Amino acid sequence: MLTRIRAPEEAPTEVGAELGSVSLRGVCKTFPAPHRCAAPVTALDDVSLEARAGQIVAVVGPSGCGKTTLLELVCGLIEADAGAVDAAPAALMAQRDLLLPWQSAVDNAALALRVAGLARDAARRQASVLLRDFGLEGFERARPHELSGGMRQRVAFARTLLSGRTVLCLDEPFAALDALTRQEMQDWLAGALAVQPRTVMLVTHDVEEAIVLADRVAVLSPRPARVVATLDVDVPRPRRRTDPRLVALRERALQELRA
Amino acid sequence: MMAVLLLLALGAVWEAYAQFSGIEDIVLPAPSAVLAALYDDRALLWSNFTVTAGEIGLGMLVALVLGLACAVAIHFSSALRRALYPLLIGSQTIPIVLVAPLLVAWWGFGLMPKLAIVALVCFFPIVVPTLDALDRVDADLRKLMRTFGASRWQTFRMVEAPAALPGVLTGAKLSVAVAAIAAVLAELAGSDAGLGNLMLKAIPQYETARAFAAVLILSVFAVTLFGLLALVERRLLPWARQSRGSAP
Repeated sequence: MLTRIRAPEEAPTEVGAELGSVSLRGVCKTFPAPHRCAAPVTALDDVSLEARAGQIVAVVGPSGCGKTTLLELVCGLIEADAGAVDAAPAALMAQRDLLLPWQSAVDNAALALRVAGLARDAARRQASVLLRDFGLEGFERARPHELSGGMRQRVAFARTLLSGRTVLCLDEPFAALDALTRQEMQDWLAGALAVQPRTVMLVTHDVEEAIVLADRVAVLSPRPARVVATLDVDVPRPRRRTDPRLVALRERALQELRA
Repeated sequence: MMAVLLLLALGAVWEAYAQFSGIEDIVLPAPSAVLAALYDDRALLWSNFTVTAGEIGLGMLVALVLGLACAVAIHFSSALRRALYPLLIGSQTIPIVLVAPLLVAWWGFGLMPKLAIVALVCFFPIVVPTLDALDRVDADLRKLMRTFGASRWQTFRMVEAPAALPGVLTGAKLSVAVAAIAAVLAELAGSDAGLGNLMLKAIPQYETARAFAAVLILSVFAVTLFGLLALVERRLLPWARQSRGSAP
């Protein structure tokens, strides 16, 4: 099922304070050996990375290189072994939508508001405004299994936005979608972030996704992850995928990945 | 539907055997004789049925309350998990047949020993699926709740408890069947009423058909209870059925 996705026209939620920033300096993280015969796994080795307020920073790297570990550090879910992680409170959005199957779309979107102690009705009102802006009008009461993959990710993104965090950590948010829906969702996300700016750490293994969406792209090496290159994407939005500057940057990023 | 057909076929074979093999009625009564006893002794059967149904219902309720409390406690505390889980499994090996008369000696012929035995038997099938469902809650979901600043209790209330409900229902369904047997067993150990008590008295009175009628009532009751729980599951937890197919 294909629905037209329209970017939100007005900011429904105000992030009152200024946008937060993220800074990692010389961060190392090693996990204990999974079993006795294995060596400890070094996920991150001296990683430095910065996202200034309102910036979208994409992190690309080979599968299993420690990208998710990076986001968990930023979200404060784990502690670094060495180095400094300095980040405003961040909300995490994963590849799997992680919607609660027993709740409607609107209640799923309102989850963070409920955690914050908002009454059910007020939380629903706020969430349904955002869902409408995300092109989900009429689906507020649908359960997740009644929604398409793209719609579910939009509900999950609404939930992430409504957490009120100014830093968003997106962990391969569209990797589970088919190619067509993925492109559509990338354009949609670019539009949504243009209206509601956030500081974003976007982890992906899709180089094109990184270049199309981000202000800056950090390329990681295979494990243990290290930043091997940082590319600035100085191309104004809205961007076209066929823009020669983007194509050239994509080539460079791919070269760095293979190096 | 198929179950009814199969039952009718078995009943027909049984009826034919009882009628034509010349077997004594007190050894194997024909289904027609059982149905006749069901009708003739309806007042007696009903009054004893209410006693046993009460024991089963209340016993399962006690098991449900204690079982859920135990599962939640184990879920929250790894120390309790290590301390209680082995005891739980151990409790299942207690030979009820031996304990039942002791309980009667302690508490008399009333409801208490029956409650204790039904609850003891139903406890384990309720705890295990519940705990299993709690443990299988997506770790990423817990992380998500943490990034929202949720407390341990909020995560339990909003995510883990609803996710565990299908497990609770499965446990309740499992315990229905054993609850009926446990109630009869408890009555055999010492009682003054109930379907088990009736069976025990009917055999030496050469009223085998009546004992069979009591068995019939008990199994119809268990099947009905099971059906009710399945209905509750379908009405209350439609998501558990639908999302099972599309889970990644």
